[in-house]
Amino acid sequence: MSVPVRIQPDETFVLNVGPQHPATHGVLRVKMEMDGEYIVDAETVIGYIHRMHEKMGELKTYPQFYMNLSRMDYLGAMGYSHGHVLLVEKAAGIEVPERAEYIRAITVELNRISSHLFWFGAFVMDLGGFSPLMYALQDREHILDMLERITGSRLTYSYYRFGGLYNDIDDEFIESARRFIPRMRKSLKKYDRLVTGNIIFQKRLIGNAVLTQETCRKYGASSAVARGSGINYDVRKNEPYSVYPEFDFDVPVYNEGDSLARYKVRMAEIEQSLRIIEQGLDKLPGGPIMPKKAPKIIKPPAGDYYQAVETARGNFGIRLVSDGGKNPYRLKLRSPTYSNMHLFDETCKGMLIMDALAFMGSLDLVIPEIDR
Amino acid sequence: MELTLLNVIIAVVIAIGFAALNAAYLVWAERRGAGRIQRRPGPNINGPLGLLQPPLDGIKLMAKQLIIPGGADKALFIAAPVLAMAPAIVSFVTIPFSDTIVAHNLNVGVLAIFAFASLGGISLLFAGWSSRNKYAVMSSIRAVSQAIAYEIPMLVTVITVVMIAGTMNLADLVGAQKGGIWNWNLFPFKSGLFNPLMLMSFLIFFICTLAETNRAPFDLGEAESELVAGFHTEYGSMGFGLFFMGEYANIVIGSCLTTILFLGGWDCPFGLFPGVWWFIFKIYVLIATVIWIRWTFPRTTIYGLLNLSWKILIPLSLFNLLVTAGLLKVF
Repeated sequence: MSVPVRIQPDETFVLNVGPQHPATHGVLRVKMEMDGEYIVDAETVIGYIHRMHEKMGELKTYPQFYMNLSRMDYLGAMGYSHGHVLLVEKAAGIEVPERAEYIRAITVELNRISSHLFWFGAFVMDLGGFSPLMYALQDREHILDMLERITGSRLTYSYYRFGGLYNDIDDEFIESARRFIPRMRKSLKKYDRLVTGNIIFQKRLIGNAVLTQETCRKYGASSAVARGSGINYDVRKNEPYSVYPEFDFDVPVYNEGDSLARYKVRMAEIEQSLRIIEQGLDKLPGGPIMPKKAPKIIKPPAGDYYQAVETARGNFGIRLVSDGGKNPYRLKLRSPTYSNMHLFDETCKGMLIMDALAFMGSLDLVIPEIDR
Repeated sequence: MELTLLNVIIAVVIAIGFAALNAAYLVWAERRGAGRIQRRPGPNINGPLGLLQPPLDGIKLMAKQLIIPGGADKALFIAAPVLAMAPAIVSFVTIPFSDTIVAHNLNVGVLAIFAFASLGGISLLFAGWSSRNKYAVMSSIRAVSQAIAYEIPMLVTVITVVMIAGTMNLADLVGAQKGGIWNWNLFPFKSGLFNPLMLMSFLIFFICTLAETNRAPFDLGEAESELVAGFHTEYGSMGFGLFFMGEYANIVIGSCLTTILFLGGWDCPFGLFPGVWWFIFKIYVLIATVIWIRWTFPRTTIYGLLNLSWKILIPLSLFNLLVTAGLLKVF
């Protein structure tokens, strides 16, 4: 954490960005000490939407707490649910049918694309371009409609169950997903022409807020923030889980470390997610989606368990200490944006406010996920 | 036309009517245009094609309370929106729509319009300073530095055109471009003057118009993702409404000036039926371009914006001024 902002009359002034501000996309507050348009010092203040998810984890039983996970990050809810079910299955030793694992991978990747699309639109809007958001939302709408049919909700999916899934996918879903892949590829080309090649866009982002590998490692950054700085780290590759080893996909890495590199990583990730979905649909095995004898009451044996997953926002770790009871003894959620956000305090010093807010957009912050 | 009190009042009323109608319906056009660009309908509920939206918005704004923030400088706070709208309306008085339709043809029309236009910067400064809001102050400082930076290349370009025509009278400026598209100042083949830089001059003027009216991609004054709403953060009700209408009225003025200075005013491109309809057609094409640009480009940075003016536009426009002066001497 940085030093608190000092008030120096006649020299600098303190600007309160947030908790209600269009650039923070939520209730994040940044106390900025400004020298004209330049930021002298900044301190991010969080906790405005703290909901005590970790404490709830201790008080509720495993199936009861499962619903909370999708409320952490409203844009990429699947990834967080996935982490939790994988952890509890590992702890309680529940076998998962292969078909369920494949469907999980497909839905997680679809959700990752929809999250990245929303980020893309919001990021360009931070830079003052309004139209790409509408195009991105239209593509996202296709995914939301697909997932709504299967899971019953559009944002806070609680689709997985310990051991399997709530609902099997049908032919219509598969056909819709197959239609989506070429559509998304076409859209990616369009975004490339409309946004990436734009001279104003490039001028604003090239060299904006260059993060070194050391800084990223120091703060524990992950996702596109780390991969944009040349750190080749993706939980799906480095600590494989679920059926990800079966898929052939790349981890896009850029070495520049600026905001444009982070943008390019995310756009390349959409393409990789499409590849995973394509392979998942091809390889999709038949069979049940729930194990034959799923336990009614989940009581993992006493012990210490950890599961990391790559969500749309980065490395989401979830640690469970069980005392053998119906409730966890302790449940720790390591949310990726929390680490990514703290880069902001250090990096934005000496930057112009408009560059700093463009940098903040490139971090892909979702505030409820920081505050938990 | 004789300058009697009655005539002046009629002229001003018509100018206000034209400015207000344009300002209101350009908001509608902008929202419909944005809808087209973003594949959504835009306002379409109130009236056919949503045409009743602007008057209803006006009623809504007027029905709201004008809140003056505590600690604000009251006089300046109230004066600022009026100062934003008034110069735009007054400018309409001197603009000739055709050789007969003009409220009052000043022989220094160009000068008058630019004198009024510079008042716009003052209104932004008043608004930002008086509302006692840090975002507003930052925004007004940005807006004023932007206004100064872009007025210079704009005026230098105007001097070039005035030199070619040898007059500051707007109607005579159009008269000098009579006789088809090749005689317009826009084209480098203008008879009696073969200046290859005139097209660039037109682009400089158009960019300056965008910057002067605080339009995207130069809308740094109201950069909403950084400065909330810029200089009108604290304004509600009709205070905001006047700023909003002032912005659109300024766009119309800018388009009118561009048409008069570069696009031959009411002259027909191929010599048929010159008249007010050509003028109207040309300004709306320009306005549509302005709207199109806004919904396509992201915002520039403040240093990028100032660099563009001081390092590129001002040297280029000065160079063009010299070249034009030289060519006028030669031919």
